[in-house]
Amino acid sequence: MPLLELRDVSKAFGGLQVTDHLSFDVGEGEIVSLIGPNGAGKTTVFNLITGIFHVDSGAIVFEGEKVSGLAPHRITDRGIARTFQTLRLFLNMSVLENVMAAQYGHTKATVLESMLQLPRSRREEKRIKQLAEEKLAFFGQRLAGYRHGQPAYSLSYANRRRLEIARAMATNARLLLLDEPAAGMNPHETHEITELIGKLRDEAGYSILVIEHDMHVVEGISDRVIALDHGIKIAEGTFDEVATHPLVVEAYLGVRAEAEEAV
Amino acid sequence: MSLGGGERREELTAPPADRLGAIESGVGTDEWVARVDERRAAQKGIGGAIARWWERTPPFARLVVLLGPFAIFPFITNSGNLYRYGLLTLIYALLALGLNVVVGFAGLLDLGYVAFFGFGAYLYGIMASGHSGHHLQAEIAIPIVVVATGLLGLLLGLTSWRLIGDYLAIVTLFFLQAFVIFVNNANGGLNDFSYPFVGKVDLTGGANGLDQIDPLNFFGWKIHTTKGYYFYTLIALALLMIMLFFVNGSRTGRAWRALREDPLAAEVMSVPVNRLKLLAFIFGAATAGFTGTIYGAVQGGAFPGDYDVGLLITIYAIAILGGLGSIGGVVVGALIVNGAPELLRSSSNARYLFYGVLLLALFVALRPWYKPVIVLVGTIAFGYAVHGIASLVWSRGTAGHISGAGGFGDALEHWVLLPSRAGSLAGWAYFALVTAALVLTLVRGWWRVVVLIPTLYLAAFVWENKLVEQVSGATRLIMLGALLVVIMNVRPSGIFGTARVEIV
Repeated sequence: MPLLELRDVSKAFGGLQVTDHLSFDVGEGEIVSLIGPNGAGKTTVFNLITGIFHVDSGAIVFEGEKVSGLAPHRITDRGIARTFQTLRLFLNMSVLENVMAAQYGHTKATVLESMLQLPRSRREEKRIKQLAEEKLAFFGQRLAGYRHGQPAYSLSYANRRRLEIARAMATNARLLLLDEPAAGMNPHETHEITELIGKLRDEAGYSILVIEHDMHVVEGISDRVIALDHGIKIAEGTFDEVATHPLVVEAYLGVRAEAEEAV
Repeated sequence: MSLGGGERREELTAPPADRLGAIESGVGTDEWVARVDERRAAQKGIGGAIARWWERTPPFARLVVLLGPFAIFPFITNSGNLYRYGLLTLIYALLALGLNVVVGFAGLLDLGYVAFFGFGAYLYGIMASGHSGHHLQAEIAIPIVVVATGLLGLLLGLTSWRLIGDYLAIVTLFFLQAFVIFVNNANGGLNDFSYPFVGKVDLTGGANGLDQIDPLNFFGWKIHTTKGYYFYTLIALALLMIMLFFVNGSRTGRAWRALREDPLAAEVMSVPVNRLKLLAFIFGAATAGFTGTIYGAVQGGAFPGDYDVGLLITIYAIAILGGLGSIGGVVVGALIVNGAPELLRSSSNARYLFYGVLLLALFVALRPWYKPVIVLVGTIAFGYAVHGIASLVWSRGTAGHISGAGGFGDALEHWVLLPSRAGSLAGWAYFALVTAALVLTLVRGWWRVVVLIPTLYLAAFVWENKLVEQVSGATRLIMLGALLVVIMNVRPSGIFGTARVEIV
């Protein structure tokens, strides 16, 4: 049974069909890349999976249970977490707090318990602080101890991307949705991110669905590649299969002039 | 030249050795950026030292520093002053604390906040007053008020599910206006609404207010002195500050702040945003309702004019001045906003404040350090020169006196011109002062220093001959405004606030 399954999912904004009868799945421990030109509907797919948008028809199934229709925070509680293409950190909170905030769904202390510092509240605080530190330790020197108390806005762009991944990890997710993790990074940082994504799967055991424009990254990490255009899946398979697929080439480069004339 | 993928990948897999070294040691531009705050903190003078000391102080010691003086205050003052400076400040601080949860933590612009305060006072009055004829004990009435106000907060909070920012602000402001209109009219009059079961009753006393509210009466123990209310409020404030401190550091506090920073990101990071918005509204409303019971009991009545936009602005000013989202800030904010205008009632106090603020503004606005010194020395010399010349040619110009300011006043008499009948001259000087201030904004560098000297002297002249006479009226408010402008310029995010970044 696949971990995540999209069954015939459609979504339209007014007359614009942004996702059209889309079906695909992500297996346990798999890294799947979602590619396609700008406006192909890749981020919309993420918004549908995380519940920010509601599907018009079809179903999204996670671990055998339907999650489409649930509120976003419930879907996150089930084990799906995402990062954003345009970074959306809690900039005025500390690095550690950013990660700790993502444990809200897995803590239970009520306001009254926190107010009076009852045992459960203190126990939970200790636990999630430790958990947040563990998640940040995954990034080694980059988000090392002395950084924890600093506000998130003091981080560089690349470190903000890392912090977003750490925050997503802290939701106890099993599936990570990474929206262009290498966007805006220099070649060296891009390389680091590529290795990191591999490590996330191999060492931390996450399954990953990633949107990426950088074909080197896609080639380096993907078990499987899915290409979208105008909300329709146009190709699926290994990187080489998809990269040479005529529809994918057409979507990215357009139809050659003489070919058009021939039609 | 080829820009093909193969070449670039080679470069990717083998970064230069020196760059690798830098990465492993964790030092780079990133690091430099991250430490900007530390460097800035290290450079500051006295202000920086105080800030660092405050940072090092443990939270409970901070509470003692903030509230300790309040605990001593009743023993060194009379009951009138205790009410004006002490009790009202504490009540304002309590109100600002509740507002801080809604606006400071959760970032919801609630302009109906004061209605909850009024609701608390009226509801307590309805349950315990000669007006209504019921006399409930406070230990029963207060929990009822807190719960009822919390529920009202929940209802108003429901609007925040769909409305944010300006839209939420106008809806909540409408709620406040509706509340004021309701209490003004719910007096069982001709046009009044007929309630289920009881028919037409005089609920609020209309425009005359709900009078004869009982003093707080716990298990038969009545609080009937200002001092009693003062300590009751002080303890409530201290407890609430401690509780809020813990909540702020808990999952709920983090979730509130996350929702303030980015509601969508908070929602996808497993925070039930809508529930937390309601929680913030309930928390704020319950605090305001609780404070309302104190205010109603202290006043012995609830009057519709007390719960209006004016109070709302005052509470917002306190919260913003203290630093939105800062718990300790509300105490200092309340002290300044409530204390300063009261201090300004006496002209000699007002005089000290006037010259103090001018001096402070001078040293803050002018850099480097020698410029304000030059301006200061120049202004003093300029004043004595003008005074000297005037005493020779215009005897009426130095005939006036300053009363009740001691040695400082005597010194001023030999410096500033005090015509025996200032009249229209002071008016013209006021006009000239405004013009000079406008000119100041247009000139740069040393010209500014040159223009500042006569401008400051003109300001002193206008102050001594015109403004100080009206110090218990309009001048007081102008002074308060000027003080707030100066403070907010020195610390844009409030006295205790940490600088917040909106977009980076």
